[in-house]
Amino acid sequence: MNYDSPYLHPDKEALSREELEALQLQRLQKTVKHCMNSPFYKKRFEEMGLKPEDIKTLDDVRKLPFTTKQDLRDTYPFGIASVPLSECVRLHSSSGTTGNPTVILHTQKDLDEWANAVARCLWMVGLRPDDVFQNSSGYGMFTGGLGFQYGAERLGMLTVPAAAGNTLRQIKFITDFGTTALHAVPSYVTRLYEVMHEKGIDPRKDTKLRVLAIGAEPHSEEQRQRIEQMLGVKAYNSFGMSEMCGPGVAFECKEQNGLHFWEDYYIVEIVNPDTLEPVPDGEIGELVLTTLNREAMPLIRYRTRDLTRVLGRTCPCGRNHVRLDRMRGRSDDMIVLRGVNIFPIQIEKILMQYPELGSNYLITLTTDDDNDNMTVEVEIAEFADDYGMLQNLTKQVTRALKDEILLTPHVKLVPKGSLPVSEGKAVRVVDKRKVYQ
Amino acid sequence: MTIHQLSVFIENKSGTLLQVLQSLKEANIQIIASTIADTQEYGIYRIICSQPAKAYLLLKEDGINVVLSEVFAIELDNYPGRAAQAIQLFSSSGISINYMYSFLLHGKGILVFRTNDSEKTREVIANNHLSFVEEEQLNEIAE
Repeated sequence: MNYDSPYLHPDKEALSREELEALQLQRLQKTVKHCMNSPFYKKRFEEMGLKPEDIKTLDDVRKLPFTTKQDLRDTYPFGIASVPLSECVRLHSSSGTTGNPTVILHTQKDLDEWANAVARCLWMVGLRPDDVFQNSSGYGMFTGGLGFQYGAERLGMLTVPAAAGNTLRQIKFITDFGTTALHAVPSYVTRLYEVMHEKGIDPRKDTKLRVLAIGAEPHSEEQRQRIEQMLGVKAYNSFGMSEMCGPGVAFECKEQNGLHFWEDYYIVEIVNPDTLEPVPDGEIGELVLTTLNREAMPLIRYRTRDLTRVLGRTCPCGRNHVRLDRMRGRSDDMIVLRGVNIFPIQIEKILMQYPELGSNYLITLTTDDDNDNMTVEVEIAEFADDYGMLQNLTKQVTRALKDEILLTPHVKLVPKGSLPVSEGKAVRVVDKRKVYQ
Repeated sequence: MTIHQLSVFIENKSGTLLQVLQSLKEANIQIIASTIADTQEYGIYRIICSQPAKAYLLLKEDGINVVLSEVFAIELDNYPGRAAQAIQLFSSSGISINYMYSFLLHGKGILVFRTNDSEKTREVIANNHLSFVEEEQLNEIAE
């Protein structure tokens, strides 16, 4: 292991575009052939009259059918698997709050490759075996726990599997064990900081933290910068989804200019969510992923529902793996209010500009007298005993939000700690509008 | 001439005031005077209490938005027109009162207030020999 190398896997990370695409084609052909072992894909390919030999170029990926979350639900639990269950060693399942849960199966090789991908991400942002990595993700079914755990171990770091919650204990681990790198959801990082602050711990002086991996919930550039300033660290955006293993699908490099999607593992397409046709680089569309090295459960053209765009296919860091913009929200968390499309992240971006405001906020949509309205509740961080100042703040925030989302929301300042605190994923939107049937 | 006041940001919602009061009760802090304005969504709950510094730290630890500040507290004989006399002194010096509330202590009226000009207010109180309350007196009555 060469500590000075910027790459953990130079033979994969430093490929030219041509080499990368040749590798992708070879792996795609193998994947499609392997999918004929999956009852689900075999049937679907046959219905379309598609044979593995039809995949001759990388563009032929467009001949393949899309796979949706609904397909995963319909084939629950094991209907998409391409290997017998006896070859699988683990499954991860979603909570399934909106119907059947989704299940993803893994062979031992899948788990090894997953750990390699996560290790590659962590190496990319400068972590080395002499770092101490604390993982504040929930373990168990949530892939952010075991995914980062095995990846960090694969890299060779000392790992602290702290799991979610128990903030005081997290802080004790950070200070006692000399944690240098932490993985957590952004809303929880803010919580950690607040508690450190209350306990008189200055993360810049009293901890060795230097790198944060943040992900699993959409966050704005402003929130990242706030985290970096609060803790005195570099914070890198992590992208993962359980359907694609979990974390390790994409990660920012030190340039912090987009997420590198590992194209030796995935074919990345950005399509118009309505027409399903590809959109040109730079245009926002839905991210579609095809797995290239999965054994247990390859997924073909999986519609992630995440909206993003291609930023570039080269990078000063030397990696030619496609760079995508941070997720612009999911196509299903977009708020349509009085005909205006609004992403919660737009609102967050504005709120984060005010130091008087905390990081917790809640958007509530209601129908009052047949008018749909938006209320934005936001916790205050600092306040002065001055009604005038509070009123002014409310006014300023309301105006700034109106400039951004073109509607005037009702802004409500609330005390610290009064919004649902998220030690897991934060609830940001509550829709109480009347549904007309 | 000044005493400590706690200001707590509270939501206009059932139960939020109780949360603050419970915290103070558990620490055996006695409230001597308090006021809260009626507003739409939130309010500032202002409290004069025994051991204000301790109360402040305690509320902060409980995650409550609280600030500790100093307010003027002058002591007036309890008869009609006394408050008017006192306030006249301030207004004739061009001082405006941001907010004010009052309570009785040993038969005397105590006016608690904040003004737009603390320096000038101090001068007026001193030059006119107005009596004022010391924090120790408040801690005494709480015992």
